[in-house]
Amino acid sequence: MAHDTTHTHHESNAKRIWMVFAILSAVTIVEVILGIIRPTFLVETHFLAMRLLNWIFIILTLYKAYYIAWAFMHLEGETKGLRRSVVWTAIFLISYLMFILLTEGDYIFDVYKHGYIAWDF
Amino acid sequence: MEATVIRTGTEGKTWGGGNEPLKASYGKMMMWFFIVSDALTFSAFLAAYGFSRFKFIDSWPIADQVFNHFPFLHGVDAPMYYVAFMTFILIFSSVTMVLGVDAGHRLDKGKVTLYMFLTIIGGLIFVGSQAWEWTNFIKGEYGAVTTEGGNILQFVNGEGERVALEDIAASLPSERIANGRSEEVWFSSNESVADYTLEQVKAGFASNPDLLVKTLKTGEDGHKIILNREESLAKLNTEAVGVVEGANLTHNEYGPPLFADFFFFITGFHGFHVFSGVIINIIIFFNVILGTYERRGSYEMVEKVGLYWHFVDLVWVFVFTFFYLV
Repeated sequence: MAHDTTHTHHESNAKRIWMVFAILSAVTIVEVILGIIRPTFLVETHFLAMRLLNWIFIILTLYKAYYIAWAFMHLEGETKGLRRSVVWTAIFLISYLMFILLTEGDYIFDVYKHGYIAWDF
Repeated sequence: MEATVIRTGTEGKTWGGGNEPLKASYGKMMMWFFIVSDALTFSAFLAAYGFSRFKFIDSWPIADQVFNHFPFLHGVDAPMYYVAFMTFILIFSSVTMVLGVDAGHRLDKGKVTLYMFLTIIGGLIFVGSQAWEWTNFIKGEYGAVTTEGGNILQFVNGEGERVALEDIAASLPSERIANGRSEEVWFSSNESVADYTLEQVKAGFASNPDLLVKTLKTGEDGHKIILNREESLAKLNTEAVGVVEGANLTHNEYGPPLFADFFFFITGFHGFHVFSGVIINIIIFFNVILGTYERRGSYEMVEKVGLYWHFVDLVWVFVFTFFYLV
């Protein structure tokens, strides 16, 4: 055949797909519930300069992203080389971009706040 | 063999993709190239959003108070429900897409057709929902007053509930006309004037002792600071310069102008991806019906368009988190 994918036998993956759907739905529901009630404890506790609640949201998001990329985009079935070149390229560049821009934004906030510059007329 | 099997014309050609590095076909590899670069574009948008948010960290709007509409529930505070609904639509259309890809592996034309169809419907519902979300955002609900420094002053009653401008504004006689080309300034025109003037709002505010001003500043407890009556009157009478209703790229009633700019830009760019995904899905859908991939003996094209579709879903997961949750 012209196109052979990495699997040799084509059994249905339907069971795993529905399983992943259940996981993604459950995580989304948890996120929405937390987003609506915003528990005071999680909002007021800070960890590494960020509210604990926001850490939870970000970790749950990465967890969902993992399932979408691995199960739906089928990265788990690709070769290691392809998987790593896709995932690590994105992770390195995005982490760098996030770090530099958020640090800069925070710095400008401090300048506005403590820098004796009138900007709010 | 050549007479009966339709091929893609790339077999055996090294640079045409006939060989398969990393055991991925040429088309699939290029789709991954595109997805990685597109992922970087989206992360640049979200990082820029984070930058502006950190810059205005103590005056950024709280998403729960902006996106709190739900169809047929007018005036009911429904934070998050609608966007949660949109998220489910997109996740579910991702599931039907991957089921279609799975059926393609088994060369099951009927199932692929069905699942592609469901995916397209899901995509259309999502784009429609986004249009509705945009409409509400642009129209606005309560209206606000802007200050010279670009801050937004919103109005609340004694219980801290938002009050709309139409409930505040006193009916004062005023004559206003939209600035048009036939008026004195021929080179500038605006399409409309706000429903209420600042004078009407000030007069109405002064006559109702229950009303207070809610500022954009976030207090220690994560809520926006509400001024007391004297501070409210002073703030409104000395600093207010205009009335804002809804949102456009230069003004919005929710907070800093950048908030609306990023909302339009990021959700718009994502919505455009969904829209083009639907178009591509429709093309592939018709190819499936016509039997193109059946004759080719491989449904890999469905897999490739599926990769794009899942990527759009993946981006939405991040937009959802950073725009609506965090």
